[in-house]
Amino acid sequence: MSEDRIIKLEHLSKKFQIKGTEVTAVDQVDLEVGRGEIFGIIGFSGAGKSTLVRCINLLERPTEGAVYFDDTDLMSVGQAELKKIRQKMGMIFQQFNLLEQRNVIDNVCYPLEIAGVKKAERLERARELLKIVDLSEKEKAYPSRLSGGQKQRVAIARALATNPEVLLCDEATSALDPITTKSILELLKKINQDYGVTIIVITHEMKVAERICDRIAVMSEGKVVECGAVKEIFLNPKSDTARRLILSDDQIDESGQGRKVLRIAFDGQSSFEPFISSMTVHTGIMINILGANTENIGGKAYGQMLIEAPKEEASLQKIKEFLTEKGIYFEEGGKSA
Amino acid sequence: MTQELWELLGKGILETLYMVLVSSAVAYVIGIPLGVLVFVTDTGGICRNRAVNFIFGGIINLVRSVPFLILLVAILPFTRLVVGTTIGSTATIVPLVAAAAPYVARMVESSLKEVDHGVVEAAQAMGSSNFQIIYKVLLPEAKPSLVVGATISLATILGYSAMAGFVGGGGLGAIATNYGYYRYDSETMLITVLLLVLIVQLFQEVGLRLVNHIDKRIK
Repeated sequence: MSEDRIIKLEHLSKKFQIKGTEVTAVDQVDLEVGRGEIFGIIGFSGAGKSTLVRCINLLERPTEGAVYFDDTDLMSVGQAELKKIRQKMGMIFQQFNLLEQRNVIDNVCYPLEIAGVKKAERLERARELLKIVDLSEKEKAYPSRLSGGQKQRVAIARALATNPEVLLCDEATSALDPITTKSILELLKKINQDYGVTIIVITHEMKVAERICDRIAVMSEGKVVECGAVKEIFLNPKSDTARRLILSDDQIDESGQGRKVLRIAFDGQSSFEPFISSMTVHTGIMINILGANTENIGGKAYGQMLIEAPKEEASLQKIKEFLTEKGIYFEEGGKSA
Repeated sequence: MTQELWELLGKGILETLYMVLVSSAVAYVIGIPLGVLVFVTDTGGICRNRAVNFIFGGIINLVRSVPFLILLVAILPFTRLVVGTTIGSTATIVPLVAAAAPYVARMVESSLKEVDHGVVEAAQAMGSSNFQIIYKVLLPEAKPSLVVGATISLATILGYSAMAGFVGGGGLGAIATNYGYYRYDSETMLITVLLLVLIVQLFQEVGLRLVNHIDKRIK
């Protein structure tokens, strides 16, 4: 966190009563989000991420704890004040949640309408926003005629209409294909850089977090189990959840049949070397690749590979020595048996 | 078929349309707020309130469970108080409204239930007040479904109005009762029934065309 904080959650808990039993969706979470950063909250389904993000704008009222926006304690403000604060926090959703009976420009105008902005001014601002999200020509179209990516762009324009300081994104790319996901993430990044909007991204995809987040918090069973710079967590995950999020589940399954697995994580410089080949040449061991996933993120190449570790301890040792010598991070086991 | 009969039927049609349209309009003036109230105070609604929901939901169910003919007779004193008489088309409007308003409220409620909760949540996240959510989100988003509901309600109210013919109401129902039932004039009875069928068809057709026109999801 380089600059001052904009959002602070303190001992935040949210409990639900479901059929008489108490379910703790968010459990004693402490978090700080810095002004201008892109902060990720990542975890598997049911980890409590969506509930947590709804506690930030009080769509869900926390059972315990405090939420601070700037220095305002949101739990203590009245309804009228809360509405004003919500206008400073835009939100976008997995299912876009556009008004189906309003066309694109009227959707973008909605938050301005309720904020009491005059019609001419509303339209001008809405057109400006549609230009930012690159949808100017769809002004009069109705949502049902738009693709998923276009709908999310409208939702982003709508969320930005009142010049919010924070944008909450609840699984904003989870309903989109990979290419559209990429373009939406680029748009979010642009908004963050050009307008200084703090962005909080909820996702279950490590890829999304890697692409745009500065820092992430890993959630499991309502708790934040790990929090730090995205690169750090990616290279050296401490929690089991983070490890499982980094390796996709099928990679874990594949490696689960009694085979030993090595996860190799590398960045920029080393990923462009013919790394596997030189490992084979150096150690004289045939390498079986179980899964690989390399990408260019934020100008640096990040990547990871899952290889089958040799059963003999001596060979394994050789590989480990080679990796250490090359300065490449590795860990044993993934989630294998 | 005499000239007289045609005149009678023409008058009957006008009376029926008058009763049905006026009582539907009044029923909607009462039913929309009532339906909205029951919807927003329900579990998961935007302003949950058990007591309000229970009381108004209870009133709706109570009135809805009384058969229309009994309701019509039961509120005769009230009808006399309002319009000064208990016979004729105008007098029939009172029980028609009493029966239709709770029906309409339930129709409105079910239309509102079709609105995606995510849209309401998004509106809340943008800082909308409950009132803004009702008139800028819920009602406009439910509009096509509300029109479908209105079409169904009109047909139901038309049916009620015909029943009212039995106890001194006007319109086609009265003609069917007086000529078909009391005088065994099955030809006239058949004609009135056909006319009622035609009116239902007309409502249906107009309603569906209107829905196709206003619903922005299909086009």
